[in-house]
Amino acid sequence: MQKKFGGSAIFLDRSDINTDEIIPAKYLTEVTKEALTPYILEDLKLEGFDPKGEKLKNATVVVSRENFGCGSSREHAPWVFEVNDVHTVIAESYARIFRQNMFNGGMLAIELPKGDIDQLIALQQQGDVEIGIDLESQSMTAKAGGEEKQFSFEISQFDKALIDAGGWVEFADARY
Amino acid sequence: MGKTLAEKIFDSHLRDEPFLGAKVLNLDRVLCHEITTPVAIADLVWREKDRVFDKNKLKVVIDHVTPSKDTKTATQAKILRDWARRHEIPDFFDIGRNGVCHALFPEKGYIRPGFTVIMGDSHTCTHGAFGAFAAGVGTTDLEVGILKGVCAFREPKTLRVNLNGTLAKGVYAKDVILHVIGQLGVNGATDRVVEFRGPVVDAMNMDARMTLCNMAVEAGGTSGVCMPDMTTVEYLWQFIKDEFADKEAALADYSQWVSDEDAIYTSVVDIDVSDLKPMVTYGYKPDCVKPVTELAGTPVDQVYIGSCTNGRLEDLRQAAAILKGKTIADSVRGIVSPATPKIFQDALAEGIIQIFMDSGFCVTNPTCGACLGMSNGVLAEGEVAASTTNRNFNGRMGKGGMVHLMSPESAAATAITGVITEASTL
Ligand code: SF4
Repeated sequence: MQKKFGGSAIFLDRSDINTDEIIPAKYLTEVTKEALTPYILEDLKLEGFDPKGEKLKNATVVVSRENFGCGSSREHAPWVFEVNDVHTVIAESYARIFRQNMFNGGMLAIELPKGDIDQLIALQQQGDVEIGIDLESQSMTAKAGGEEKQFSFEISQFDKALIDAGGWVEFADARY
Repeated sequence: MGKTLAEKIFDSHLRDEPFLGAKVLNLDRVLCHEITTPVAIADLVWREKDRVFDKNKLKVVIDHVTPSKDTKTATQAKILRDWARRHEIPDFFDIGRNGVCHALFPEKGYIRPGFTVIMGDSHTCTHGAFGAFAAGVGTTDLEVGILKGVCAFREPKTLRVNLNGTLAKGVYAKDVILHVIGQLGVNGATDRVVEFRGPVVDAMNMDARMTLCNMAVEAGGTSGVCMPDMTTVEYLWQFIKDEFADKEAALADYSQWVSDEDAIYTSVVDIDVSDLKPMVTYGYKPDCVKPVTELAGTPVDQVYIGSCTNGRLEDLRQAAAILKGKTIADSVRGIVSPATPKIFQDALAEGIIQIFMDSGFCVTNPTCGACLGMSNGVLAEGEVAASTTNRNFNGRMGKGGMVHLMSPESAAATAITGVITEASTL
């Protein structure tokens, strides 16, 4: 079943946010995804960001800069997003393994040019940002305080097929 | 048109191309450890697909937290152990025979030129030192690898790094790779295979080549890779001697995996290492790199020598040469973890372990240990470590701790003085 994309956004305005920051290694001893839930972004030190705050609790979209999800291969990073209902990440670029892990789990990792990310981040000034995603037309809207912006993005046919199938296990199992 | 090593491996292992640019490859090796595999096993069981595609192509080890430190890690180990037994996986390494995955599996001769290798571990790129395509993957890719023996990748693009000149005394593969990452940046090689070439690589032994390839992922690389040559053949000879008439024949066969002269690279970087000095990281990203001398005098609380980057015999030898006849500073906790039982035994036989112990180091069993702050050697808030590992992320070795990455020789010198020190200044 396809996951729900878009929703209320939280902004992590820094490059190179790594998987240790998304979910520290000490929680890798958990053997269920659900057990990870409270530890999302626990080690992230970023001005104005509070890992225990309401903003993060309500967010279903993460917006960030370059090389998002670098570091370890741990799929616990997309999982901790998944169990917190964050099914969409929007960034300038990704580390390969993290990006693949997102689509492998049927989730969405959108790449936007720096100018678009700048606009998204600026939109915060107007208030809380709400993201709408249309996968079919590969377009998105961002709304805040009466202002609305349109963006388009590209995902490959393969990534789209993974989302449609519900992930790589389902895709591969049906095919190989 | 010529092909790169990665392109040759992709062509020869292509199982399917469901969409343009999405290459599904057959796998020669699926490597497993106890942190990322149990979740894959649990999911396979839940899906009622608890099978393995080929038990002889799976290589399994408990290495990250061993011996288990608590109920949770004991449970992870048990899930992996029970699974390995249930599927009669012959190459399963439990305590007493286990060691850090990326040191243990090459040492057993499991990795060969032209192989495709995946593991749920980002430093799987290490195995590219043998002329293999070896990539770290997440648990879902691992799960499909275990079940079906395939993995999907984008078209391989190769970034070639020519390492020219000759290394000065006291400058090692670790210093070279730190410098390369400093040049490329932490995402300079994203979605690229990093091909290490040139006379410096040709002159390196396999231990040093593995150190180079190990950190390719710290520049975002999918796999590091070195060309198979006589050094590769010599290393593997004890495992392949029945397959070939002689070493020349093995070399001739493996040369099919060398990149063609007219291969197309996405980019080529030339680096002359002749003036390179021992290097060290500062801050929380592996591309924050400086000569050791610029950080000299920085106090450290712990020195860690080990890991898949620098826990091999060659590394221990270099550190021991510095430590011999000396004692480490009172203010420093020295910890060394030989990366495999064989390395441990060889180091014992050579008297290296004695040197470490005489100098005041604690010698632990082969394990990832302090490298990822999950079991032993965790730093307290505000503490500083000099470490031969590969990652200096904030919190990596313990919340609020700082990690300076460096070579075994620099780490040994730092242990003696208690402050960051270039060995030549001792
Ligand atoms: S030694 Fe460190 S980097 Fe290497 S596999 Fe173990 S935890 Fe990972």
